[in-house]
Amino acid sequence: MSYTIEGNTGPWELVIGLEVHAQVISHSKLFSGAATAFGAEPNSQVSFIDAGFPGMLPVINRECVAQAVRTGLGLNAEINLWSRFDRKNYFYADLPQGYQISQYAHPIVGKGEIEIELADGAKKIVGITRLHLEQDAGKSLHDQHPTKSFIDLNRSGVALMEIVSEPDMRSPEEAGAYLTKLRQILRYLGTCDGNMDEGSMRADVNVSVRKAGEGYRTRCEVKNVNSVKFVMQAVEAEARRQIEVWESGGTVEQETRLFDTQRGTTRSMRSKEDAHDYRYFPEPDLPPLVLEPDWVEQLKASLPELPDVRRARYVAMGLTPYDAHVLTLEKETAAFFETVAKGRDAKQAANWVTGDFFAALNRLKRDITDPPVTAENLGGLLDLIADGTVSGKLAKEIFEIMIETGKAPGVIVEERGLKQVTDTGAIEAAVADVLAKNADKVAEYKSGKDKLFGFFVGQTMKAMQGKGNPALVNEVVKKLLG
Amino acid sequence: MRLTDHTLRSALDALNAGETTSVALTEAFLEGIARLNPRLNAFITVSADQALEAAKASDARRAVGKAGPLEGAPLAIKDLFCTAGTQTTAGSAILGGFVPPYESTVTKNLLRDGAVFLGKVNLDEFAMGSSNKTSAYGAVENPWSRANDPDTRLVPGGSSGGSAAAVAAHLALGATATDTGGSIRQPAAFCGIAGIKPTYGRCSRFGIVAFASSLDQAGPVARTVEDCAILLRSMAGFDPRDATSADLPVPDFAAACARPVKGLRIGVPREYRLDGMAPEIEALWRQGLDWLVQQGATLVDISLPHTKYALPTYYVVAPAEASSNLARYDGVRFGLRETAQNSDLRDLYERTRAKGFGAEVQRRIMIGTYVLSAGYYDAYYLKAQKVRALIRRDFEQAWGQVDAIVTPATPSAAFGMDEKQDDPVTMYLNDVFTVTANLAGLPGIAVPAGLDAQGLPLGLQVIGKPWDEETCFSVGAAIERAANFTAVPGIRA
Repeated sequence: MSYTIEGNTGPWELVIGLEVHAQVISHSKLFSGAATAFGAEPNSQVSFIDAGFPGMLPVINRECVAQAVRTGLGLNAEINLWSRFDRKNYFYADLPQGYQISQYAHPIVGKGEIEIELADGAKKIVGITRLHLEQDAGKSLHDQHPTKSFIDLNRSGVALMEIVSEPDMRSPEEAGAYLTKLRQILRYLGTCDGNMDEGSMRADVNVSVRKAGEGYRTRCEVKNVNSVKFVMQAVEAEARRQIEVWESGGTVEQETRLFDTQRGTTRSMRSKEDAHDYRYFPEPDLPPLVLEPDWVEQLKASLPELPDVRRARYVAMGLTPYDAHVLTLEKETAAFFETVAKGRDAKQAANWVTGDFFAALNRLKRDITDPPVTAENLGGLLDLIADGTVSGKLAKEIFEIMIETGKAPGVIVEERGLKQVTDTGAIEAAVADVLAKNADKVAEYKSGKDKLFGFFVGQTMKAMQGKGNPALVNEVVKKLLG
Repeated sequence: MRLTDHTLRSALDALNAGETTSVALTEAFLEGIARLNPRLNAFITVSADQALEAAKASDARRAVGKAGPLEGAPLAIKDLFCTAGTQTTAGSAILGGFVPPYESTVTKNLLRDGAVFLGKVNLDEFAMGSSNKTSAYGAVENPWSRANDPDTRLVPGGSSGGSAAAVAAHLALGATATDTGGSIRQPAAFCGIAGIKPTYGRCSRFGIVAFASSLDQAGPVARTVEDCAILLRSMAGFDPRDATSADLPVPDFAAACARPVKGLRIGVPREYRLDGMAPEIEALWRQGLDWLVQQGATLVDISLPHTKYALPTYYVVAPAEASSNLARYDGVRFGLRETAQNSDLRDLYERTRAKGFGAEVQRRIMIGTYVLSAGYYDAYYLKAQKVRALIRRDFEQAWGQVDAIVTPATPSAAFGMDEKQDDPVTMYLNDVFTVTANLAGLPGIAVPAGLDAQGLPLGLQVIGKPWDEETCFSVGAAIERAANFTAVPGIRA
């Protein structure tokens, strides 16, 4: 059953396409040597090129091109060996050159696709129309002074990839899943950090509504939405607004809108009549960008494993599809898991990572990039279980001590004498002592109260401070009870 | 011989022989500038103190045997080249007071080779013009005047009018210039000196205030063809900071000047024989070709069929690029900033650009904006790009038959300051013989070849194959030798 919004005139379908601006991970800007780090002092990362000084010329940054090609390859897209930069002309105080260098007519990456998965397990292909490289503008700060605007050019000239989808999405959930998946792929590729709250990824959302079986109706573009949640909210809010317009006899006008995250509604930013005439023309300062096929092949050969492939590999390793999904959501989580699982039982490693480890992250409000227990130490703990040094139960206690102290599990076992007791004599002595102290319970057991068996085991383990090998303790209790 | 009468070659020889010093030369030129610049207005900025310091340093380098190829040679720099620490105006009020913190690659190359900069010379505003009258820093006067009408002040041509006038008046041994549609070759011809626009990409554009990026190219003007060759060798070279500069070795251009033209095939394009062309120009062209034949070259009649579309094509492409290149002059970061009380951003733009740009620059920004606008792009800009490709192809086909092409440099001699005022299109016709080389990216040299009936210099142009400036120099030097052009302007140091 496809997603619809029920209006007064019946159900409405949604048509959604996304234009995502993703900041390229690179040390320097697209056309200058200035640095790109986030959060630096205003105007501290600006070259004369970025500030549009007379006589300054852009020179393309090879690494940014490589990142765009990697991204294209990761989106199963056509790589255009010949592409070209254009100038998009408009005046604004934070656009020092008076034009943005972008790729309008001939983008570096053509058609591709992304597979998304929905909550009900259904899969869907969303088409990618194109990906092009462009430079970012600076930032206007209107709240620093009562009568003046301040300009920070640190972002000016930073490389962006604009990734345009086909209008293939039909629900807020699909839009959210697309953006999440795209971000996941970019992070795996290492081409964009996907940090939407720092502005290194933002989405323009194109929405229209229609009745079943119709062609496309007029769309509106909701600009600069900066989280997955807001994209989903903006889609729904804008769709509901358009439905109301159509159903009240009006006409949706093509326009650019903004999403008000406080009110959860969209409002008009500028109409089609006010749209700029950008006067695009080929950037004469840059020759066409020509890629060597061999170079593209090299980039392809060195691409990291992407989430879908990795997930399938984890399932093949014996993980449940759910664990495989959870462990591959973030590249860092997968890397953590792989370190824990290396040379060990993958299923057990997955259980520990998704179980106690994730619980600890949640409880401590820590992030996978700042884990309370290192992957190496968690792996070491699994080794101690595997070789019988500690029991599974004891391991959980040791894990908590590892969190508190940051020490390696072997060190903790050594320091606290937590090594599992496998000496049958010692276990027999402990069991005998427990049975002797609980003669009444022994009698009850012998008269048929089988459940007390666990009580004797538990008492023995307690007496041995949890260090008794559980299998051996069971065996001895059974033997001594006769 | 006065020091200011030196050519670059003879001055370098004198310096090398210890017969003079850079300080002596620099003082002589500075004296000439002080005396004549109030009338000629060739210099916007005279850097007397810096020049003398540089000359002293140069003489010191020479004394320890560290002389570069241009060691100690006083030059003038077109005020379109950014020079670190020295005001760079582009001839515009909008850049008034702008002191670049960086050096253009071309001027950096000249400094590397030991040149001394006397100052920054005048030009049409943002290099847009053929008379040097659009400069916000006043018109430049041509040091030549008509024999029968000495009181009519003449233009030096443009846009490199200050460069050409300074060199012609012996106020510098040579000068940097730039050429977007003829801005080196036309003023060189008007002032009776030589000037070459090299192949597009031969000189770095880094640090040169942009007019039309796909057409702009730096080159020298100087008294002789060989002087141009010496200067170009220092100015040229690959620059990783200009993506359109060519990673090719720079030949010994001066050596090419001595190369004989015997056996060379010289193209004579029939489309350059304009209706109503001045008989003197026609005769000079004929004469130049005869000289080359006498030295063993052969003539080949060729056709460049799209020549008649070159000027309109140029006046679409160049303003289009200029309208975008000049968007950065907005009053926000440097140069002129005009505001009123309660000015908003738009008001700042409008006031700054209305006051800062002159009429010709505003006209070209408007033309350029128009031809790029939605609905007009295909009819103008795109069409112009297609015609440009056809013009380029005309030349490619010609290179199958000829080694160089010889044409007049300009359709007339220098005109009076008050002539050709009313109609910008008439002014644009000055570029009719020169724009094709820019549209096709080809090297072209202007060489003084004779005088008209009024005693004013006339020049011929040699257009070469891409990256073949050497043949331009060979042919240009052959014309120069035959012409034995020894005339000098009345006003000179």
